[in-house]
Formats: sequence, structure tokens, C-alpha cells
Amino acid sequence: MSSESQDWKFCQVFGDRSPVEEVSDVDIVSAVEFNETGDYIATGDRGGRVVIFERCQDKDVKSKKKEPKAPEYKFFVEFQSHEPEFDYLKSLEIEEKINKIKWLNRTSGGHHLLTTNDKTIKLWRVHEKKVKQVMSTNIPVSNGVFSRAPPPISALKIPKIQTRESIVTAQARRVYANAHAYHINSISVNSDGETYISSDDLRINLWNLAVSDQSFNIVDIKPANMEELTEVITSAEFHPQQCNVFMYSSSKGTIKLADMRQSALCDNYSKVFEEEEDPANKSFFSEIISSISDIKFSRDGRYILSRDYLTLKLWDINMESKPVKSIPIHDYLRSKLCDLYENDCIFDKFECTMSGDGSQLLTGSYHNYFHIYDKNTKNDVCIEASKYAQKTKNKTSLTGKMKLGRKKEPKKNDEINPDTIEFTKKALHVAWHPRENLIAVGAANNLYLYAAQ
Amino acid sequence: MAAEEGELYPIAILIDELKNEDIQLRLNAIRRLSTIARALGPERTRKELIPFLNESVDDEDEVLLALSEELGSFVEYVGGPEHAVCLLVPLESLSNVEEAVVREKAVESLCKIAEVLPNKEFEDSFYQLVVRLGKGDWFTSRISACGLFAVAYPRVSNESKKELRALFVLLCRDDTPMVRRAASANLGKFAKQLDKEHLTAELMGTFQTLALDEQDSVRLLAVENCAAIGKVLTQTENTHLVLPTVRACAQDKSWRVRYMVADHFCDLCEATGPEITKTELVSFFVKLLKDTEAEVRTAAALRVTGVCTLIPKDMAVKQVLPCIRDLVNDSSQHVRAALASVIMGLAPVFGKEDTITHLVELFLQLLKDDFPEVRLNIISKLEAVNKVIGIEHLAQSLLPAIVELAEDRQWRVRLAIIEYIPLLASQLGVEFFDEKLGNLCMTWLGDSVYSIREAATNNLKKLTEVFGVEWANATIIPKVNSLYQHPNYLYRMTTLFAFSVLAQVVGMDVIKMSMIPLLIRMSTDKVPNVRFNVAKTLGQLTALVDAATVGQSIRPCLAKMQDDQDKEVKFYAQQALQMC
Repeated sequence: MSSESQDWKFCQVFGDRSPVEEVSDVDIVSAVEFNETGDYIATGDRGGRVVIFERCQDKDVKSKKKEPKAPEYKFFVEFQSHEPEFDYLKSLEIEEKINKIKWLNRTSGGHHLLTTNDKTIKLWRVHEKKVKQVMSTNIPVSNGVFSRAPPPISALKIPKIQTRESIVTAQARRVYANAHAYHINSISVNSDGETYISSDDLRINLWNLAVSDQSFNIVDIKPANMEELTEVITSAEFHPQQCNVFMYSSSKGTIKLADMRQSALCDNYSKVFEEEEDPANKSFFSEIISSISDIKFSRDGRYILSRDYLTLKLWDINMESKPVKSIPIHDYLRSKLCDLYENDCIFDKFECTMSGDGSQLLTGSYHNYFHIYDKNTKNDVCIEASKYAQKTKNKTSLTGKMKLGRKKEPKKNDEINPDTIEFTKKALHVAWHPRENLIAVGAANNLYLYAAQ
Repeated sequence: MAAEEGELYPIAILIDELKNEDIQLRLNAIRRLSTIARALGPERTRKELIPFLNESVDDEDEVLLALSEELGSFVEYVGGPEHAVCLLVPLESLSNVEEAVVREKAVESLCKIAEVLPNKEFEDSFYQLVVRLGKGDWFTSRISACGLFAVAYPRVSNESKKELRALFVLLCRDDTPMVRRAASANLGKFAKQLDKEHLTAELMGTFQTLALDEQDSVRLLAVENCAAIGKVLTQTENTHLVLPTVRACAQDKSWRVRYMVADHFCDLCEATGPEITKTELVSFFVKLLKDTEAEVRTAAALRVTGVCTLIPKDMAVKQVLPCIRDLVNDSSQHVRAALASVIMGLAPVFGKEDTITHLVELFLQLLKDDFPEVRLNIISKLEAVNKVIGIEHLAQSLLPAIVELAEDRQWRVRLAIIEYIPLLASQLGVEFFDEKLGNLCMTWLGDSVYSIREAATNNLKKLTEVFGVEWANATIIPKVNSLYQHPNYLYRMTTLFAFSVLAQVVGMDVIKMSMIPLLIRMSTDKVPNVRFNVAKTLGQLTALVDAATVGQSIRPCLAKMQDDQDKEVKFYAQQALQMC
């Protein structure tokens, strides 16, 4: 996947094309995730719905011209995963918003995915079901009701079944409830295929996928006295291969790596990744902007990608003192932190992700910008996800220069005028196809797909 | 088809319900599949019902689970063993489904059917099925296959046996950890069916690979396999083939694996024999008792007695005992509780002298533990120690601690003590008991927890059985009688409960002299609950006294209560009168 000549092209957009201001809250995308093969994308929204898109098979795509076909996805299934609830004991409303979606590796005919809102995790099975109709019965059915007076029965008949069309259905297989006192921020499936973790603000629990009524607490950072609370867990993920290693990030900007082999309760971490803060940059907002919003392992487990408010950081698992690469995403906002604090944008949680081979990094920003950083060429591409100017022809790819999808000229970071940025347009959710240069970006009520050849 | 026309109707409905939209009805119909099959007769069952069921395997898990179970005992309905092959088809599909419990049930049923399958068909049907499942695309079928090897293996030709061994090894190296887990879990069972020569030549390598698997969840299953395989092999073979794996597991980085070793330690000792236990395993055990992870120590602590019975006493005293001493002071309450639940069992192993010199102080310490469950576990096993060291020693050393616990803040601890009192009393003798424990028994009657008061009254009954009526009349009855003046009606009722329990053992004279006059006095209590309980108690007493007393004292009192203002008092008075 050499990216020297990579040219990111818009492929598809899903969702209504109404302006941001008119988007209703329930339609806003809150989670995006590719499955293991990349043939399916699941999105969750604030209305508790999950929509799955399926890759069109080659024969489905009407071959246009000679160009290699751009990947194309189509609607597969939609289902209501979570409903709004009310916790009567605590007098709290529980939102139906889908916080995270994780696919399980495909095991049989169906797909399985975990979805979670603030409190409850659910395991869904999505599969094609053949609709069968019973053709003959012993007792004639009239208007759906068995007739009252039994007709004499001379011989027993076995019902005949006729298969009609098949439909895709989603079925809740397990509900893992009542284990989290705080808001769940992430879930992650173990490589053993049997267990997963779920983390909330203060605790991480370990579950067996087959057991929904018990879980084990493996990390608990809740202080005895809540007034001494100084940090919360923001994200957690299992190592992609080593079943006993997981990491979690905190609001203080640290990433902790823990080993489940050592003890049942993993409060003692094995490694902590933390960068000394430059005292010169210290300000009122330092603590807020250093909070990590997302962490991801690279596929081989060698690197960790983390995102805080202003930067994207790549850590080598063998070096705890500082990241191997720190990429400023929107440094031009540094002067505007005060405004961002007032309109609460400073608390936005941007996700980050890596390409399948770990060579490229992706994260989102405001104004629907998203950044793709190439580790090898050190090329940072910035594109605006947009429904309108779709076909971006940008041949002037220059190393070290920025590209903006809509603009004809490559643009440098400092050329972006922070005053023209629309802060209501947030590209919060990102996902990378496990094998191809194909990315999905969730912003407001839209899902954008971009691909590079 | 023997069924008459009139009887067909309910069965017709049942058949229709196999496809009803209501899952409960479907489930019900599946549960009565044998009724349907009986009505259809073997031939139609084979030709129509079974193919129909074949098409039904996309139902809800609950229905499939029931179906898997029913099919296991369906051989007689399809026409006996020679036709049992037709049942393999639906069960094969059921071994493929996603839900693990359904698959497990299907495998169980397949094993049941395999037993009755005629030899001539076995190879073509069952063996082929195992191979098909074992080579299935989805891992679910491969998991199911793992459970069938042990049944299939003994009944197939040598050629097929070879195939099965190769397939099993393949499954042990499957890419999916789930399949490796299933294979490992069934390795022990399969190993038992193999000739020793094949086992050591072909399966041992796989067994060792599984024990080194990168997934903790696979590795920890190796422990059980050690125990299973160890039983088949000789001591020298064990030393070379199994012991290294046990050693690796006992020192595994993952506490979960070490936990499994601790948990199965007795099995491992038995499997590898006394010699290896003495020379090698005991040192592992000592390490596990000192493990850094509390879960491991808990599991090991639970095996302390079991292991000590398997090794020479001096070894237990020299090597295990020091660890036990440490565990008594363990920082984890769960470890201490686990230890407390088994430590008493060491007394018979150690014998009287060593128990007194080494163990009693540990018992005492655990009896004073902060954590109620620890204390409780000790108290509930006092009997075992009693047998070894005798009541005198027990009284001297443990009694003060027991008395202290009798006033424990945790009512469950008090309850455990109460239940132990009659046993103690029978061994201590009247004088000793009156002096040390008599008062306690009475204070429990006024306990703030109902369960304690209830247990205390039952205790009094048992004590009366031990010490006799005279003693009861002299010590218990006056105390019980004095309670009726208590300002709280709940305590006044304790008198009534005590009466109804004691009446069964004290004899007519005491009832006449002490109980009935008091009951009559209490029948005018201002609280209705007390009054209707008086009525109830009087009713119970009628059976225990002569007719004259009933006529002179009980009947008039109850008659008066019949006119009580309170409905319930009236009701119980009437009920009691009917018994007179």
C-alpha cells in the first residue's frame, strides 16, 4: 500500500442530505465499524438503531467504463438495538444512543455483533432467515382460528412446509445488563473468541460471551472517597493476539497496559505510556485537552494509536516515555480553546484508527475534515467529507503538503482559517477497512466512504 | 396404527402445533414428540416425521434444545436399533447450530444413539458423520465432532481408527481457539479409548502442544488432561510425559492456569501415584499455597486436607503445615474462609497429639477471625475435632471462644452456635453445661432476630431430650414463663412458641402445672396476635393432655375466646375447639 501516489476519492455517502442544522438528534451517527472481512459496515446512531451495509458483489456493480470499480456498499439490514429506558432506582434516564459496536469473528451462517449504550451491552445475531409457510394442517384453519367443531379425522398428516423468500433478520441473543454503575465507553472482544471486556468511567469488566448474568471486575479505579476522584477511564481495548493483554486510557492522558495473567484484579498495570507535558504549554485547558478520547492497537499489536483533543499519537509498545510520532491535527485551534470550552466542543471525542497494515493513520476533525497520515512518506492528507463536491481530482500531491478535498490547491495547515471552521460539523467516527484502502467516516447523520487505489 | 379415530384429534392438534407461531406451543409439541411418533407408527415416523424435523432446525434455541434431547431417546419410535441411523441426520444438523447448549445436547444424544447402532452400519453412518463434522467449514461443527471421538473410536476398523486419530490431532491444532478448547476438553476421554502405544506415539505430542498453547483458556484445560492421561500411564511414563506439563502448568504465568492446577490437585496426585506426589507434586502444592494471586491460594487452601491425606504425615507436618500457618493470617478473607472450611478435616489426619500441638491454636485463631464466614466454617465442623482430641480439650481450649461467638454480632454465626449446642451439651454433662452455657441458651430466647429465637426454642427441646424432664422443669420452664411479662409482644409470643415445642417432650404433668395456667392468663393479652397464638397453642396441647384437663381448662378458655372482638382470634379459637 505505497501511498506516494495515493489519491483518496469519494465513493459513497449514506444518510439524508439535509444541512447540519436540520438534522434531528436521533439520526446522528454514534459508531462505525467494519467487520473482519470488510464486507460489512455497521453504524449505530443516537436513536439506538444499528444499520448494516453490505459490499456489493462484483456482479451487482454495473461496470462503468474501464476504470477499476470503486467499492460500493448497499443497505443490508436495520434494527433497533436499544430503547430509551428509565432507571427508577436512581431516577436517571438511560439514553438509547449506541456508544460502540464490535463485530465478532464470523462463526457460522450468521453475523454476530455487540452493541452497547451507556449501561447495557447486547449481542445481536444477523442472519438470513428463510420464510417458511405451513401448507397443510390436520385441522383446517379459517381466518386464523381453528374451527370450533372438530371435523372427523381419518388420518394424521404431517404438515408440509414450503420455503418462500428469505429475509435478513436481527435477533438479540444475549443481554448483558446491570454490571456498570457508570457510562460504558468501550467494548472489546478477546482473541480467544470467548470473552470480551466492557469499560465504563471507573471500572472494566470481563465477560464470557455465553454468560450474560455474571461478569468479573478486572480494573477498578474508583477511589474510596469520590471527592478524591482525579481521573476516569476513557477507552479500553484487548491486544489483537495476546489474549491476556489489554490497555486502557485515562482522562489524564495516560495509556496503561495490563496483563490478566498476573492477578485476577488488574489494578496494577504492567506498563504506562505517558508523555511529559511541556511546562511552557501549560494552561487552564491542559488537563482537558490531554484527555485521551480513543486508543487502538495496530493489527500486529506492536503499536498503539491514541487521540487526544489536538493530536494523534503513535506509540511503540516497547517505548513508554514518549510517542514515536505525534501528529498535530488542528493546532490552529489552540488559540480558540476558550471558545471551544464555552460551546462544549472541547469535550468532543474524536476516534482514531489505523489501516490494516498499520502504515496509515486516520482521525477526524471539525468542518468534517479528516486526516490520513502516512507513516512511511510522512504525508498528511486532510480531506473534507462532503456530500457536494464529490469528485475531487487532486493530482498535486506534494510531500509534506496538505490536501483539501474541495480546494484545487494543496493547502497547508496554517492556511486553514480557524474562524471559518464550522464546529457543528464533526467527523467523530472513523473506521478503516481491514485489508483495503477504504475508509468510513461518520459525521452528523452521514456515513462517508472514501477509497484510494 | 392402533389409534382410534377419536384419539386422533388431540394428536392431530399436537402435530399442527409443531409449527404453531407460539413458541410455547411448539415447545410443548416437541416435548411430546414421542406421543406423535407412537401414533404415527415407526414407518411413518421414519419416512415423514424425521424428514419434517430435518427442516425444522432453524427454530428458536429453546425448541432446538428440546428437540435435541427428545431425539436422543427416539430409537424405539423409529423401529429399534436397526433403523436408528435415520436419527443421525437431524442430530447432525443440530450439532451445527450456533447455540452451544443445543450442540452439547445434540452431541449427547448422538452418543446415546451410537451405543445402540448395529455394528454393520456403524462405520458407514456414525464414523462418516464424525469425519464430516470434524472437517466442517464452520467451527461449530468441528467443536461438536470433538465430543464424538471417544464413542466412535472403539467400534471402527483399524484403518478408520487411524483416520480418527489423525483428525483429532488436526482439531487440536485448529486455528480457532474454540475448537482447540473443545478438543482439549475431550482429549482425556479420547485418550482412555486409545491403545497405549498409539497414545504415547501420536497423542502425547499434541497433548503437550495444547499445554503450551498461546491462549490461556486452552492451556488451562491441559490440567484436567494431565489427570486423565496420568491414570492410564505407568509411573515412569508419567515422570517423562505428564510431569513436565504439570510442572509447567503449576508455574504458568497465568494465574488462571495455576488455579486449575490447584483446583485439580487431588486428581493429579491420584493420577500420578504416591511416589511422584511425594517427590514432586508436594513442592508444587506448597508453591501454590504461597501463590501471589488470592484466587489460586483459595483453590489450594480448599485442597489442603485432601492432599494431606495422600502424603505421609511427617511430610504434611513438615512441608504443608507451615503454609497453613501463613494462610491463617492471609490477607484475603476468602482464602481464610476456604481454609476454615477444610482445616478441621486435618485433625483425623494428624492424630490427637499433633492436632493439639499444631492445629488447635490455628482453630482458635480462625475462630476469632474478623470475617464471619471464617468463624462459621470452623464452628460447623467442630465435631470432627471433638472426635480426635476429646471433649475436655475442646472445652478447655475452644469453649471460651465459642461463648464469645454466642454473642457475635452476626446472627448467622449465633445461629450456627445454637445448632451446635445440643451436641456440646450431651458431651459436657449437666453441671458443666448449666455453669457455662445455661444462661446463654436463655438469653437467645430474647434475641432481637426471630430466626435466633426460633432456633433457641428448638434448642431447648433438644436439651430437654438430653437432660430429661426434671432438669427442664427446674431450669427451662421458669425462665420461659418469666418471658410472658415482656413489654414487647413479639417476645411474649416466644413463650408460646417455646411451649408448643417443649410440650412434645416435657410430659403431661408439666403441661398441666406450668403451661396451661399461664396460657389462660395470656388469653386476655391486649395484642390480638398473642391471643390467637394462645388459641393455636392450646389446640396443639389438647392432644397431649387427658380429657379431664381439656374439659376443665382448655375448652372453657377457648369458648371464651370465640367471642373475641378480633376476627382472627375467633377463627383460631374455633379451629382449636374442633380439635378438642
